Amino acid sequence: MMMMMNLLHKYASLKNFYFLSVKLSRWLVLPFVFTLVYGLIGALWIAPQDYQQGESFRIMYVHVPSAWLSMFVYMNMFGAAILTLIWRVKLSEIVLRACAPLGAIFTFLALITGSIWGKPMWGTWWVWDARLTSELLLLFIYFGIIALFQAIEDRRMAAKACALMTVVGAVNIPIIHYSVQWWSTLHQGPTVSKIGTPSIHLDMLIPLIVMSVAFTLYFIIMCLARIRIGIREYDKNSTWVKNLVTSTLQKEHNQ
Amino acid sequence: MSPRKKKMLTLALAIAGLGLATALILTAFEKNLMYFYSPSEIAEGKAPDNRPFRIGGMVVKGSVIREKDTLGVWFNLTDYAHERMVYYKGILPDLFREGQGIVAKGGLNETGLFVATEVLAKHDENYMPPEVADALKKSQEYQNSK
Repeated sequence: MMMMMNLLHKYASLKNFYFLSVKLSRWLVLPFVFTLVYGLIGALWIAPQDYQQGESFRIMYVHVPSAWLSMFVYMNMFGAAILTLIWRVKLSEIVLRACAPLGAIFTFLALITGSIWGKPMWGTWWVWDARLTSELLLLFIYFGIIALFQAIEDRRMAAKACALMTVVGAVNIPIIHYSVQWWSTLHQGPTVSKIGTPSIHLDMLIPLIVMSVAFTLYFIIMCLARIRIGIREYDKNSTWVKNLVTSTLQKEHNQ
Repeated sequence: MSPRKKKMLTLALAIAGLGLATALILTAFEKNLMYFYSPSEIAEGKAPDNRPFRIGGMVVKGSVIREKDTLGVWFNLTDYAHERMVYYKGILPDLFREGQGIVAKGGLNETGLFVATEVLAKHDENYMPPEVADALKKSQEYQNSK
C-alpha cells in the first residue's frame, strides 16, 4: 500500500507527469495516424456491404467508436473523481476537467451519427427509446459537469463538486449499456460485446476495432494536451512552469 | 477511524444508496420505458387501451396486402407465438419487407385491428455480406427440407 502510494505520488506529481505526457503523446501520434488511415480504408473499401442495409451501415465506423468513447471517457472521469474525493490527488482534478468536454463531443457525435443512420434505416431521426434517451442524458450530464466547473470560482472546490456529480452520474453508464437488453428498444442489441462470437462478419469487424483504437488514441492525445494546459494553470506560480514558458518564448523568438 | 477511511465509507455508502434508488426508480418506470409490446403481450391484454402504444414484431411472409390506388397496406405481425393484423396508410421505411422486424405506433380498433400512425423498421444486430446471408439462408432451407 505504502509503495503504491509512493508511486502514485511520484507520477501524480504535476511536473513529472507533464514531461511524461509530452513523451507519451509523441509516441502515440504515429499509431493514431496509422490506425485512422487503415481503419478508414477498411471501413470504406475493404468491408463488404451489408445484406440488409447495403452501404448505409458504414456510418457504424464513426457511430460505434464515438458511442464507445462517450462511455469510456466517463469511466475515466469516474476513476479520477474517486481519486479526487478520497485522496485529493491534484492530478486527478485536472484529468477530470480535461476529460469532460471531450466526452461531451464523443456523445454528441454518437447521437448525431445515430440520427443520420436512423433516418434511412428505421425511418425516423429520433425515438424516445431507452438506449437513445439514456445516451442523451449522458450528454446533459457532461454539460452539467462542464457548467459546474465554470460556475465555481475556486478550482479545487469546483473539482470536488464536479467529482461528486461525476460519481452520481455514473449510474447512467450501466443503464446505457444494458438498456437494449433490459427493455424492448428500437435500437438493436449488442453486436460486438455479446457473449460468444460477435455476430458480424470478420471483414466488417476488423475495421470497426481498428477505428475504435484510432478514436481511443485520439482521445488520449487530446486529453494529455488538455491535461498539460491544466497543469500549467495549476502550477503557474512555480519556477519550473515559468522556466518552461520563458524557454518556449525564446525558442519562438529565435526562429 | 481515520478521516480518509471515513471518507471512503461515506462515498461507498452514497454510491450504494444511489444504486438502490436508481434500481427502484427503474423498476417503477419499467412499463413506461417499454418501447413496444409484442403481439403476445397484446393478446394477454398488457397493452394500454386508453393511449396510443407501439407494437413490435416480424412481418409475416405473404401477409402484406396493398390497398389499390392508395398508400394503405395491411400486414400481420408475429412474435412466433401470436399474430396481430396491422393497417397503415403512409410511406413505409426502406427496410420494410416480409420477414423484417418492425415497430408500429397506434392503437387497436373495436375489431382488434391495429391501426398504425407510424411504422419504423427495426434491424437486427447481425452484419454480413449478401453472399454470406444467401449461403446461410440456403443451408437453413436445406436443414428444413431434411
